[in-house]
Amino acid sequence: MSDLEKSLLFGVFHDEEQMMSATKEFKDRNIPIYDVYTPFPVHGLDDLMGIKRSRLPIVCFVAGGVGLIIAIYFQLWTSAHSWPLNVGGKPFNSFVAFIPVAFEITVLMGALTTVAAFFIACRYYPGKKTDQPHVRVTSDSFVIAIECGNAAINTHLVRNVFRKYGVKEISKRGVVQ
Amino acid sequence: MSDAHTSRLRTPLISKFKAYKDITDEILNPIEGKPTSLWYAGFALSSTALLVGIITVAYQILTGIGTWGLNKTVGWGWDITNFVFWVGIGHAGTLISAILLLFRQKWRTSINRSAEAMTIFAVMCAGIFPVIHMGRPWLAHWVFPYPNVREIWVNFRSPLLWDVFAISTYFTVSAVFWYIGLIPDLASMRDRATGFKHKIYSFFSWGWNGSNRSWHRYEILCLILAGLAAPLVVSVHTIVSFDFATSVIPGWHTTIFPPYFVTGAVFSGFAMVLTLLIIARKVMNFENYITVGHIEAMCKVIILTGMIVGLAYSTEFFIAWYSGNPYEKYVFMNRALGPYSWAYWTMVSCNVISPHFLWFKKIRTNMALVFIISIIINIGMWFERFVIIVTSLHRDFLPSSWAMYSPTHIEILTFIGSFGLFFTCFLLFVRFLPAINVAEVKTVLKFARKNEVKEKL
Repeated sequence: MSDLEKSLLFGVFHDEEQMMSATKEFKDRNIPIYDVYTPFPVHGLDDLMGIKRSRLPIVCFVAGGVGLIIAIYFQLWTSAHSWPLNVGGKPFNSFVAFIPVAFEITVLMGALTTVAAFFIACRYYPGKKTDQPHVRVTSDSFVIAIECGNAAINTHLVRNVFRKYGVKEISKRGVVQ
Repeated sequence: MSDAHTSRLRTPLISKFKAYKDITDEILNPIEGKPTSLWYAGFALSSTALLVGIITVAYQILTGIGTWGLNKTVGWGWDITNFVFWVGIGHAGTLISAILLLFRQKWRTSINRSAEAMTIFAVMCAGIFPVIHMGRPWLAHWVFPYPNVREIWVNFRSPLLWDVFAISTYFTVSAVFWYIGLIPDLASMRDRATGFKHKIYSFFSWGWNGSNRSWHRYEILCLILAGLAAPLVVSVHTIVSFDFATSVIPGWHTTIFPPYFVTGAVFSGFAMVLTLLIIARKVMNFENYITVGHIEAMCKVIILTGMIVGLAYSTEFFIAWYSGNPYEKYVFMNRALGPYSWAYWTMVSCNVISPHFLWFKKIRTNMALVFIISIIINIGMWFERFVIIVTSLHRDFLPSSWAMYSPTHIEILTFIGSFGLFFTCFLLFVRFLPAINVAEVKTVLKFARKNEVKEKL
């Protein structure tokens, strides 16, 4: 096995309570969990896996802020500087009138950038071949993936934990890091 | 999951207990099989209406909008009525998907997908009317600020330009929100499909693998989009109301317009969601997912928004009297007693009186009656926009220019065509994409079912 490859052991469950219990046991035994694959978001799993809170809200805030600044600057520049037009005697710098467009651009920039950041963070792109461990993971299967390339992790123990919580299927696969 | 420990006083959100696989099968099977004859009948009808609309629009673009019944006094007629009507319809979709998500209302899960789809199609229908109204729609891109050869910029101080930004942002964000929600379900479809279908669903599901790291980010993304879309809903119809409220026309120049328009939009949007879902649950056999409880919950939103709309009508009258402004007073007296009073009273009966029947449990659990009431509200809300626009314009400050307005058959056919577009898109949507959010519905399966779950497992 090359350095770039690691071996994963997958335990397939059909019930999320059993999957959660197995995950908890892995956590208690300090066995690092590579990932858990589920057909829907299972709350509480993030904590068990020790996933840090996503930084997407920060991306959104910054992108929205940039959008706001661009929108206000652009409106002031076009209406009061680049080509000021007298429309019904309204002041060139009609700041209050610029708020609706500034708001819309803030929301648009925030939303689109966050969506792009989500796809980048998850490494998803259109047409990407899925690397899910089990075909039924998008229907009714819950899969725990444990990295077993590490000599410190006892594969036998992992299999036993899987069995203890009613695993339906165990499989092994090497993945390129 | 925590849902299993919800109080027994709560009613389960899915009427029969099902395994996760049953949910995937029951929602995705109708798409994988052949369409029913009822679907074909609906599609034939709606695509015919769409075709009529396309021909009519082509004719009026080639001939000019002199084919409409507008005159020098009434410059906005059915076109802007239809525009505001369709934008309003769109609001329930985002409200259900965004605001109810933020409020952790779990009953939204069965209905959010189709409501969001409805939003997108309704905004598409809305967009047609101002574009044709421009008279020269091939120059529609002039409304966007870009360094053009005329060396001038668009007028950022005009509410009509705010509309451009509001509607295009609303459409974009709604479409993105809808698509993001679809990705896990597209992955489910990908894993069930073979051949060409598999390739298509693979392309659009972006390699979704159900990883919990993805789900974690996904849920945060959905919350962010909901947080952004919620004020967007309010802003869009507020800005649409500014088209009127920032003018000096009596009956339009009122501060109540933004909240009044937003509530009216939610009211009409929920009525349209009911109209569509009552048909969809029957035709697609989704009665276990879109339950009577869901319909009742929507009816309650309709009662609330209907009362707010009723309050807005009476506030308008009160302020017209209280302001002491004779023009304002006249406009409202003219609305109630003038030549368009039939439209005004149609509006009042449909929007103020009909929702109150929904207070009765027997009525709001009777699908046929709820369907009829939803249609009545749709009609009433269309008349609301007609009354606001036409009655304020047809008698302006100069009695010498007073005029009446009635639509030509071109305007009527264009409106029918917009319904054709809406229903054609909706029928294609239920045919090719899951009309219920499969992944999200699984999260509410155990809601209020502690004992039942124990027995089954």
